[in-house]
This record gives sequence, structure tokens and C-alpha cells, in this order.
Amino acid sequence: MTALLEARDLTIALDDRPVVQQAGLALAAGDFVGLLGPNGAGKTTLLRALAGLLLPQFGSVRLDGQPLTALPAADRARRLAYLPQGAECHWPLSVAALVALGRLPHRAPWAALSPVDIAAIDAAMAFTDVRHLADRPVTRLSGGERARVLLARALAVDPAILLADEPVAGLDPGHQLDVMALLAARAQAGGAVLVVLHDLTLAARFCRRLVLLQAGRILADGPPEAVLTPANLRAAYGIDAHISHTDEGLLVVPGRRL
Amino acid sequence: MTTLAPLLAADRRAMRLCLGLAGLVILLFCLSLAVGPAPLALFGQIRGMTEEAVLARAILLEIRLPRALLGIMVGGALGLSGAALQGFLRNPLAEPGLIGISATAALGAVTSFYFGLAGAFALALPLGGLAGAAIAVTLLYGLAGREASVLTLILAGVAVSSLSGALTALALNLAPSDYAALEIVFWLLGSLADRSLVHVWLSAPFILIGGALLLASARGLEALTLGEETARSLGISLPRLRGLVIGGTALAVGAAVSVSGAIGFVGLIVPHLLRPLLGHRPAHLLPASALAGAALIQAADIAVRLVPTGPELKLGVVTALIGAPFFLHLLRQTRRSMR
Repeated sequence: MTALLEARDLTIALDDRPVVQQAGLALAAGDFVGLLGPNGAGKTTLLRALAGLLLPQFGSVRLDGQPLTALPAADRARRLAYLPQGAECHWPLSVAALVALGRLPHRAPWAALSPVDIAAIDAAMAFTDVRHLADRPVTRLSGGERARVLLARALAVDPAILLADEPVAGLDPGHQLDVMALLAARAQAGGAVLVVLHDLTLAARFCRRLVLLQAGRILADGPPEAVLTPANLRAAYGIDAHISHTDEGLLVVPGRRL
Repeated sequence: MTTLAPLLAADRRAMRLCLGLAGLVILLFCLSLAVGPAPLALFGQIRGMTEEAVLARAILLEIRLPRALLGIMVGGALGLSGAALQGFLRNPLAEPGLIGISATAALGAVTSFYFGLAGAFALALPLGGLAGAAIAVTLLYGLAGREASVLTLILAGVAVSSLSGALTALALNLAPSDYAALEIVFWLLGSLADRSLVHVWLSAPFILIGGALLLASARGLEALTLGEETARSLGISLPRLRGLVIGGTALAVGAAVSVSGAIGFVGLIVPHLLRPLLGHRPAHLLPASALAGAALIQAADIAVRLVPTGPELKLGVVTALIGAPFFLHLLRQTRRSMR
């Protein structure tokens, strides 16, 4: 299968400190990939470079075979959506108005919403089950509702690729499952989804492929069973973990700090 | 599709609000032409070559028309730049007067008075105001642009205001004569009285271009609602957006202040009152604030002509008297979000 998004030999330094080193990663349609790694491993930096928000010192990111740097920003924005960690909303817009912001790359300035825009917004809101909240100001949402609304904003772009940075952070287990199921469904429908996660069991349960980052380098890339091994967890997180195979997938319980 | 009906209705409501405000601006423009010390009856025989007709035409074209036009331009510039700055800094307390842009523009204009540049070539006045406003916005962005914190912005505004206040005071201190100093002080108070069509022609191009730049920032301001990272991922170029807002504010406010003096608080009050009516959407706020600013300044300027004080009240004094308590009220409301 051809890669929708492909990074080769990425090296990124922030303030002269190497944060990502020689990372290579390919995403194809239908992929649902979890990006794992300890705090400071460079997950967010890698994600931002893949989203074209950060210029790598070395290496390249290609979208549909074209270098990201050669692509007009609006063109990139129509094909790739990025959901940053703890996404903010500075004005108390209504939920529908916020989700509609996802259509900005598709619209001419001052143009009214087209039927295509309206269909995309409605579909994104239906998909994330926030239609009943359409009129609610975003400042008056619970954490779970807010996460789903922000996800709906990213999906309203109708992107081929979705990059999400810790979309389940701060959610209760029920809402974590909801959001992960939505992302998995998105990948099933043919989108490529890359998501930064901290919960190893959750990652193993939903993602068919995991990428483990440690100190800016990709330590492992493959199916959950191959990535979440005692040796890898020791190297990446410095922990001993109990790993058991259950009917619902891998169960990873951190044991003791090394 | 029913989920989005309220959103589409909100768009239509915004359009209707703008049309209503435009109607109000036209109404106030006509009223502004009609109100003044000369009796309305004088204008009955405006055609012809009689002495009354010549006088009536002179009053209308030389005194009232510039005043009414400047009211629209200055009010529009202040309202629009207030709305754009608030959207850009994501801060409801950003306002050209409050955070020192008007004061620095005034300093620029005073400097061009002071060195006699304004007398030497007419464009020196708006250019002085423009340079002042550009310096102020750049300083503010450098000091407080990246954080959305209310406190940093207000502190940066205080710093910029005090600096330009000190330099303006220096200019007054060194003024060649008491008369020159008094002239500067009165001008600083902010007024539309005794302006001519020359002032209109001098400032109109700058205000129009500045206004166009600010309106072009609409899309970027919408996206910025979600923070800088998301805005960029939506294809918005932040350097371009910054250029539009800083350049547009400098042009519009700089030119407005250099013909009217500093008229404060319009850019604060107008967007604040309109925001809830427009669903808090930064793009819709731009045209609506321009129109409402124009209406507010015209209404205030008509009011100062009608209020029978000895010397006519200065417009800037009136807006400050209404605006400052309003600002206190707003500050009290947002205190919770200040960290």
C-alpha cells in the first residue's frame, strides 16, 4: 500500500538540542497508529513536524508523494488535520460554530457555508455524537463533551490524515474508550490516524500498529505484541511491566521503576 | 441539517445587524449635517447666489460635512481596530486607546507639529501618527503578543502609554510658546470640531487601506480562536496575519488619531457590546464594530454640539468619561480570568 504521509530520516533540533533524530515513519490509508514514549521523548515534536508546523533540520515529510514544504498551506490544511494537546478555545463560540472552523481551509474569505461544508460539519458532529450540543457555548461543556467537540472540529476538515496529540488525556475511562473507538472507526473508514497516547493498554487494544519513541529515536515500530515487550518498556520508560495476553488484547500494568 | 439551522440563522442575524448599523450610520450622518448653531431655516435656500445661500453652502461643506465624514472614518477605524486587536491578542481588553497605541500615535503627530513638519508638508501629520501607531503595536506585540494573559497586555500597555506620555510631556515642556503648548493640549483631548475637508483627504486613504487590511484578517482571527497551533494547521500564516493586524491598526488608528486627537474607549466598548449579539465570532465582529464605532462617534459628536456647556465639550473627554467606568466594570468581570 502506498503511504499517504511519509517521513524519512527526520532530525529536529529545538534550541540546538536534538529532539527527534533520524525518525522514519509511514502512514497509509486505514492505518490507526499509536505513538508512544516517555515524557520528553519527542512525540509532540515529531507530530508537529508531520503536520508541517515545524521544519526539520534534516530529512523530509511527504504528503501523497509531495514534499510538505512544497505544498501550499491551504492545500495541506485540506488534507491533514492536527489536533493539539489540550486544544484551547478563546471565545465562547457555540459548538456548531466551533466545529464549522474546521471548514476554513475549504472556504473563500467571507463566503457563506456551502452545502458541502454543512454536510461535513453535520457528519462530523453526528460521528462524535455532539449534535445535541450544537447551540451550547463551548465554555459550558464537560471534559468528555469538549474532547469530542474538538475532535469533531478536526474531522470537519474531512482530512485524509488526522494527527492527534493526547486526545484522551484527562478523560475518564468511559470517555477514553469512546474517543478511541471514534478514532478507530475513522481509520476503518479509510482515514489515516496517528495518535499520541500514554495508556499502553488502551494503545494496544485499539491500535493495530504502535510506534515507540525514546530520546528522539524510534525504538520500535510494529504490531502491539512486537512493540510492547519487557525489553522495550525497560529501555523506553525504565519500568518493569507485567504484560499479559487476554481476549481483549494486551494488558500492560507498570510494575516497578528500575 | 436541522442541527446547523441555528448556526445559519446566526449568520443571517449578523448580516441583518450590519445592515441595521449601516442604516443608523447614514441616519446619524444626515443628522450630523443638520445639527449646529446655524438655524436649519438657513438651509432652505441653499441653491442660488444670495448671501444666505453662499453662507449655507459654506457651513454645510466647510464645517459640517468634514465633521460628519471624519466621525464615520475615525469611529470606524477605532471600532474596527479594537475588534481586530481583541481577536488577534485573544483578549477582550485590547483597545488602541487603552494599551497606548492612540497615545503613541498622538506623540507621532505632536512630534510632527513640534518640529514644524506639519506646516512644511501636509502629509507629515498623518505619517507622524502612523509611525507612532506602528511603533506602539510592534512594541506591544513584542512585550505581550504571544501570551493571551490580560495582565501582561495591560502592563505592556501601561509601559507604552507612559513612555509616549512622557515624551509628549517633554514636547509640551519645550514648546516654543504657551500658545503652541495650549494648541497641542487641546488637540490631544480629541475632537472633530473645526476640521476641514483637507483633513478628510489626508486621512481617508490611510484609514481605507488600514480598514481593508483589518477586514482581510477575518479568516485568520476566526482560526486563531483555536490557538496558534491549530490556526497554522488550518493553513493560516501567522506572520501574514500579524502583518495585516499590525499594519492595518497602524494605518487606521495612526491616521484617525492624527486628525482627531486621541479618542479613547470606542474600540473597547463597541466590540464588547456587539460580541454576544454575534455569537462571539471574531470575523463577524469586524464589520459590525466598524459600523457601530462610526455610529457611536457620530452620536457622541452630535451630543457635544447639543449639550449647552460654555466651550464645547471635547469628544475625547466625553468618550473617556463614559468609557473609563465601563472599563472598570469590564476589568471587574474579567478579574477571575486574570492570573
